[in-house]
Amino acid sequence: MKFVLRPLKDTGFGFNALLAGFGFMLLLGLGAVGYMEHHGHIVTGMSNQVVWGLPHVFAVFLVVAASGALNVASMASVFGKTEFKPLAPLSGVLAMALLVGGLMVLMLDLGRPDRLIVTLTHMNFKSIFAMNIFLYSGFVGFVVAYLWTMLERRMNHFTPLAGFFAFVWRMALTTGTGSIFGFLVARQAYDSALLAPLFIAISLSYGLAVFIWVLILACHAGDRPLGDALVARLARLQVIFIAAGFYFVLVYHLTNLYFTKHHDFERFILLEGGIYTTLFWLGQMVLGCVVPLVMLLHPQIGALRGRVAASAGLVMLGGLAQMYVTIIGGQAFGLVLFPGYQVSSSFFDGVTANYASSLPEWLLGLSGVAATGLMVMLALKVIGFLPERLDDAAFAPHSAAHSAHSAA
Amino acid sequence: MSHDQNTRSALVPSRRGFLGVAAAGLAGVMLAPGVRLIEIAQAAPLTAATGASRQVRWGMLIDSSKCASGCTACVTACNTENGLSGGKLPTDSQWIRKIEIKEIRTGKTQSLPMMCQHCAEPPCVDVCPTGASFKRADGIVLVDKHICIGCRYCVMACPYKARSFVHEPLHDQKADVPRGMGTVEGCTLCVHKVDRGEMPACVTACAEAEHGAILFGDLNNPESDIAKRVASYPSRQIREDLNLNTGVRYSGI
Repeated sequence: MKFVLRPLKDTGFGFNALLAGFGFMLLLGLGAVGYMEHHGHIVTGMSNQVVWGLPHVFAVFLVVAASGALNVASMASVFGKTEFKPLAPLSGVLAMALLVGGLMVLMLDLGRPDRLIVTLTHMNFKSIFAMNIFLYSGFVGFVVAYLWTMLERRMNHFTPLAGFFAFVWRMALTTGTGSIFGFLVARQAYDSALLAPLFIAISLSYGLAVFIWVLILACHAGDRPLGDALVARLARLQVIFIAAGFYFVLVYHLTNLYFTKHHDFERFILLEGGIYTTLFWLGQMVLGCVVPLVMLLHPQIGALRGRVAASAGLVMLGGLAQMYVTIIGGQAFGLVLFPGYQVSSSFFDGVTANYASSLPEWLLGLSGVAATGLMVMLALKVIGFLPERLDDAAFAPHSAAHSAHSAA
Repeated sequence: MSHDQNTRSALVPSRRGFLGVAAAGLAGVMLAPGVRLIEIAQAAPLTAATGASRQVRWGMLIDSSKCASGCTACVTACNTENGLSGGKLPTDSQWIRKIEIKEIRTGKTQSLPMMCQHCAEPPCVDVCPTGASFKRADGIVLVDKHICIGCRYCVMACPYKARSFVHEPLHDQKADVPRGMGTVEGCTLCVHKVDRGEMPACVTACAEAEHGAILFGDLNNPESDIAKRVASYPSRQIREDLNLNTGVRYSGI
């Protein structure tokens, strides 16, 4: 059958309440930014030992999830899975919103966010940060072009080409995000080329989890039917992506366990790191990996809508835990300047750094989530990104071949 | 009427005179700073006029066997020279610090100062997105406070934990040492003193404390004491596995 894209109409109290909630959260976040800019980063939990704090955890999670959210569209345009085609516009919009939300947090956490323009007037092309400016802006450009080819009937035949470029670009983008850490040669936690494919694998998992939530919520808000078969397909993809992420985490730690010079770091993360060890095992591995896998391996999973949504939520929570362990745990474990020596100084050499996040950091981080939510909800309300029907009958084989899109 | 004309004719020259004086005054006000700048430029040391020389590679050789445990003369001198608070909170800037090391296997203890190692291949310069972290021609690694956006990527990349982020508003800064909240900073090798032909503050303080553990000079000049010492006796770079070719070398460890 023909999939008709329509804006959400007659949304109820829940939709408007969530919209207002996101708006309020965004305002709180911007207030926190003003407070931090006035007083300096002294009002955060960050220090000269842990220079990237909770805002980076949220920002990197959102940026990584952004490229993964585009995956549903890629499945249709690049890998020929036509059953995902009706979801491609929502996938593109969500990807852009996540990226903008993440970048907003990253930019507002700068020591001098007022100098953002300097990143365009002075560039060091050896810096992966400078390269990421092109990767991020290019991603938005490609996704906009991709959406245009999908929503404008005359451009439909360019959709596979635009989809391919967007897919290649998102791989480059996540490689760039992973390389921000991978290129830090001096730090025990990073300095690994494995971080690039690891970030790609977890992006697929985070992005799909966010997509599943947005899809279920949007269908609920717009009173659009959502078929069990489609949900089951997304759930099976989620299983594969969780497993892929787990594989790279496993290889990362196994290689570190083999290299003697990394043994102390592995002991820190896996055994003696306090909050980081707890977040690794309980947050990242059990809640973010094992439990969702077990929950999703039921044969009738499409019908168990609540279970799919819960597992997607756990993947997101596990993802935040993983980012916390990676970013903050990696800094808390001090630099090793003198291997084989006990070290002490007034600058906290040789000791595990303390980090306790502050309220402004939480507000800033959550405002990135709020900005993403606002953008997606307003986009769904104003422009037709969501098909009128996504029930199983709409995907029947005899009608799938004739699927087409039309803008509202 | 005639009275009016007389008054007016009497006024005209004085108005012209006033305008002339005002124009001259305005020109003076506008030109004076320029003239003053020329004076300053002419009075500035050779380095400021010609730029740092590529022929020079400023460096230090630190003899840890002469460095006394508990002595912090270099740290105090650095704080005084550069207007640092000297605070020891996790958020305070520390451009130089004393590190006590103890070999786990033998129990042998040593003390040494640690600061920016002024690498020939500085990771902080590589990662800086705007080029605010840069290396002068003479090997001194600095931060341009005007284009630093405060991303802290250089702090993450520095193998020596030699960089600090300014977490709170600053007061009573030194004229020679510009700093700024929300930007990153670190040891400048007292570039303002070096450009005047003087020694870095930590070097002078260590000598005055009668330890003489820090030798400063031009590593590129074969006739300099530091170049001769490095050529004749064993010395090492910290984290030499990273192959960064540091300007600060250590002996006795």
